[in-house]
Amino acid sequence: MILNLLIGAAIAIGLFFNALGVFGILRFPDVYTRLHADTKATTFGSIFTSLAVALYALGRLFETADGQYATLLLHTLVAVVVLAITNATGAHAIARAARRRGHSPAQAVVDKLEEPAP
Amino acid sequence: MASFIATGCFSFVVYLLLTAGSGRLLGLWSGADLLAGVMIAAVVGWVARGFFCDPRRRAALQPMRWVRAIGYACGPFFLEMAKANVDVAYRVITGRIRPGIVRVRSGMQTDLGVLMLANSITLTPGTLTVGIDEDTNDLFVHMINVPEGIETRESLEAREVFSTFDCPSWIRRIAE
Amino acid sequence: MSIWLFTVTVLAALMLLAMVRLFKGPTSADRVVALDAINTLVVASMIVLAAAFRQILFVDVAIVYALLSFVGTLYIAKYLGGEL
Repeated sequence: MILNLLIGAAIAIGLFFNALGVFGILRFPDVYTRLHADTKATTFGSIFTSLAVALYALGRLFETADGQYATLLLHTLVAVVVLAITNATGAHAIARAARRRGHSPAQAVVDKLEEPAP
Repeated sequence: MASFIATGCFSFVVYLLLTAGSGRLLGLWSGADLLAGVMIAAVVGWVARGFFCDPRRRAALQPMRWVRAIGYACGPFFLEMAKANVDVAYRVITGRIRPGIVRVRSGMQTDLGVLMLANSITLTPGTLTVGIDEDTNDLFVHMINVPEGIETRESLEAREVFSTFDCPSWIRRIAE
Repeated sequence: MSIWLFTVTVLAALMLLAMVRLFKGPTSADRVVALDAINTLVVASMIVLAAAFRQILFVDVAIVYALLSFVGTLYIAKYLGGEL
């Protein structure tokens, strides 16, 4: 029962942050601020929806002692680690590409990168 | 040779994680699986040994660094990330932003340290790494909300980007 | 309808919303950002579908998809930055 509540809470948090990430992409003014919404919110939201799956697998593992739920748990955790590392690095690559194409940040109060990268 | 063994062991552990539950030998794995795993890990270890650990520095061979890396990911890093998301949620809902790009002195000597710091900065409150100065290892960081007074300064220390925890010194102990 | 299928439905709706940015642009960098967000959502929904249908294979596909979409994003970014 408590486990079901935890799963529901994790799914709610995950969906909330995923939705915020998508709305941020639609709402923010330029590519850098959109990247903020994309990397942080959707990564965090996806970690929480995956955490719900991991909790479900853990609960079923204790209930049935079936080995396949241990596999589901392990693979979900590996997927979460892969997601967290690749998203941050991908965001860095996109930001660098946008910079090299000459997009400057909208509404910026300071820009220490005025000269284009060598 | 040492870097080949370290890389091979790491890929074999990942292989074991992904194939756990396939058989009954040693509780979890089948014999054919283990044999295939050893061969694949040897090939991967040979191909990737140059990228995975620097042959002059044996950082990847010290197990304490791996323990610290796991502790860092579960503790300070995760909490900073949770705060980052509440912050982004606030910015998305209110639309109150004050963006800008600042220079941050990383103080890291190795490529791995700079990579970990850049990724940590990207996933923590209101900051996103845009570029890097290859000569000095300085990072250019896009902040979604530049605090008053920061925009006139030449550069920031890495510690000032994080709010609660001292992430740069954690990373220094893991990667350098 | 189980809670897992409900989650997948919401995630799919979010993907359609992100596609608005994918089509509108205005710059190609914005399109890559939207594509990256859609990739993350696809990985998340694959993991949830694995729980919905009790198919562990779906999670393996999600891991491979995450790695391949990362390589794809890196190459598009390199291409946009004029380094390819």
